[in-house]
Formats: sequence, C-alpha cells, structure tokens
Amino acid sequence: MDWIWANRAELVSLTLAHAWLSAVPVLVGLAVAVPLGWWVSRHRRIGSVLLGIGSAVYTVPSLALFVLLPSVIGTPLLSPLNVVVALSLYAVALLIRTAVDAFAAVPDAVLDAATAAGYSPAGRGLRVELPLAGPVLLAGTRVASFSTVSLVSVGAIIGVSSLGSLFTDGFRRDFTTEIVVGVVGTVLLAVIFDLILVRFGRLLMPWTAEARA
Amino acid sequence: MTLSTGVPADTARWLSDRANWTGAEGVPHRLIEHMGYSALTVAVAALVAVPLGLWIGHTGRWQRLAVAASGALRALPTLGLLTWFVLLIGVGLAAPILALVVLAIPPLLAGTYAGLESVDRSTIDAARAQGFTGWQVLSRVEIPLALPLLVGGFRSATLQVIATATVAAYVGLGGLGRYLIDGQAYRDYPQMVGGSVLVIALALIADGVFVGAQRLSTPKEKS
Repeated sequence: MDWIWANRAELVSLTLAHAWLSAVPVLVGLAVAVPLGWWVSRHRRIGSVLLGIGSAVYTVPSLALFVLLPSVIGTPLLSPLNVVVALSLYAVALLIRTAVDAFAAVPDAVLDAATAAGYSPAGRGLRVELPLAGPVLLAGTRVASFSTVSLVSVGAIIGVSSLGSLFTDGFRRDFTTEIVVGVVGTVLLAVIFDLILVRFGRLLMPWTAEARA
Repeated sequence: MTLSTGVPADTARWLSDRANWTGAEGVPHRLIEHMGYSALTVAVAALVAVPLGLWIGHTGRWQRLAVAASGALRALPTLGLLTWFVLLIGVGLAAPILALVVLAIPPLLAGTYAGLESVDRSTIDAARAQGFTGWQVLSRVEIPLALPLLVGGFRSATLQVIATATVAAYVGLGGLGRYLIDGQAYRDYPQMVGGSVLVIALALIADGVFVGAQRLSTPKEKS
C-alpha cells in the first residue's frame, strides 16, 4: 500500500496509457467490423474469404506481430503505434465474425417487412438490422475489450509503456508487489471497460434491459 | 539501402544462415522446444479442464460459476502471470509452464462444456429411453456429438499457448520466443523478425491441423 501511494503519479499515468492503448483498438475494431460485417452478410462468397483472413490474423501470436509490424508499416520499433495497429487488427478479426453472425441472424421476413414498409437499404441497415444485431455485437465487443486490455501489457516487452511495464520492471527488480499491483490494475481496468460497454448497451438498446428485468 | 528493402533481405539472410540452424540455439532445436512446451502444457491443462468440463456439462451443475471463472481467467494479463509465477516459484521450467497451464484451462473448459451443452436434450432423453446408463450417455452420445466444439477448445487453447510460450521467453523459457527476446537484447532486428516469422508459421500450421481435425470430428449429415 505504501508503495502504491508513493508511486501514485506513475501508476496513474501508466493506467491512462493502458486505457488509451486498449480503447483505440476496440473502437477501430467496431468502426471497421460493423459496416464490413453488414455488407459481407449480404455477399456470402466474399464473406467466407474475409472470415478466413480474419481467423488467420487472429492466429498470429501478439509478440510476433508487435515485432513484425515496424518492418511492414515503417514505424519505429518502440512506437506505441505498433501495439495500437496490431491490437486493432485483432479486434477487427474478432469482431468481423461476430458482426457477420449478428447480421446474418436477422430473419429474412423482418428484412422483407422493413422493405415493404418503405425503408431504403441504408435506412433498413441502420434502423432495423443494426438494432437487432446490437446485443450480439455488444457481446462480441465485450470479449474483444477483455482480450485487448490483457494483450496491451505484452507491449511492455518491446518497450511500450502501460500497466505491463509494472511486470517487466517488477521482474527485473525481483519485486512481487509491483507485479501484483499490475495484475490487479489490468483486471480492474478490463472490468471498468466492461461496465462501460454494458452501460452503453443499455443506453443504446433500452429494450434489452427491460427484457431481463 | 532503405529500411523497407533492408529488413526482408536481412531477415532472409538470417533465416538462410546455416549457423542459425544447428546446435542448442538453432532453429530445429528451438522449434522442438516450443512444440514440446506447448504439447506438455495443453496435455496438463486438458487433464484438469476436460474432466471438469464433462462433469459440468453432463450434470449441468456449477455452470454459472464455470462461465464466470473462465471469463475472469481470460482477463488475466499473460505477462503479469508469467513474471509473478517466476518470482514466486523461481527461474526454471516449472513456473512458466504452470502459468501457461492456467491460461490454457479456460478455452478447454469452455469448449468442453459448450460442446456438451450443444447436444440436443431430446437426443439424450432418447438415449436414456433406450436404457443407456449415465456413463453410456456421456461416452456414446454426448462426447461424440460434442467432439467438434471440444476440438475447437483444444484449437484455441493450443494457439493461446503457442503465443504465450513466445512471451515466456522473456522470463527465461526456451523455444522460438528466444529469437525475439535475445534479438532485442543484441539489437539484432533481423533475428527478431526471423523468429517472428517462424512463430507465425508454427501457429498457422497448428491452426490448419486443428481445422482438419474439426472437420474430421464433425458427424456426417446423412442425406
């Protein structure tokens, strides 16, 4: 506890760095995967190719991707951008599957009814399909958020500061407290992210909360 | 020479250098180490997770707890667990392997009980009506029908372990991750990229093997 208090400034800045490095990939993942998934759910053949690429990307070990990216996109090896881009790729890969499944699960009869009611294809996508796909998308985003928050710390090995820096520093100094604080901090951050996502879900989809009560 | 042409060429040179393919630090030895750790870890984790998952899925008890526990385990940062275990247990094989086992349990557990859960209730009732005992229902009906999801659990656990074993080189484990960590210590970027390429290849091949196994384990639809 004394150690936490003595290092509070450092801990706060590492937590903020960690939050930032986690939030951007999840948002990028959503921004790319949701429209892409909506479009792909109408084009089966391209869909299976894209899902294949996504699953291959998801297979690549994170540390290897962190190391490989600078040589592909030309960033410096120590740049936080490597971690952000790598984790964004994972988030897209994970969410594209969720998005395709979510949009594919919207019954055809509902789509026909919406068309008959005069929705344009874009309007139908936004006001009929998106809300119906919402709960599944939310579930997928929660999974992506957990795994992103946990993976950010691996970046500490290649020198990108986050709560993971507490692991490398604690390991070097043989100081368990620092590592435990890092583990607890990371899990807490993941839980906070999850609570925010659930809150947002309730706000955007009030009917899901009523159904549960 | 610019960076973009330099790195692939240097990496190719590193990968094709004969000196990197012999001895204890050579690619074949590191690859066998990596595969060995991964196989050992998944086997130990399966000994814990599969019976537990079968019991949970078969009896339907403790389901909520299992879901919550595997979710919580997934939130644990791998590097934190690795460094923590090494400081607790000491440098050597035991600590990183134990950390890897802990991380491999959730996907195996989830795959096993989700597999059993996916079996149609009426199929199980039909088997009971035929006079199958609880054990027979499990071994002859539930497990064969759950097999694709069970193999799926092994697939994600194995890939998770291959990835985390790479990270474990940071706390002294051997395997292909050594090239990434040692390359960084010597500022030898081609070695780091070469190691990354090898790890990625191993992961993709392992994934391909599991995709094949999943296909084989899926019961054929009778037309």
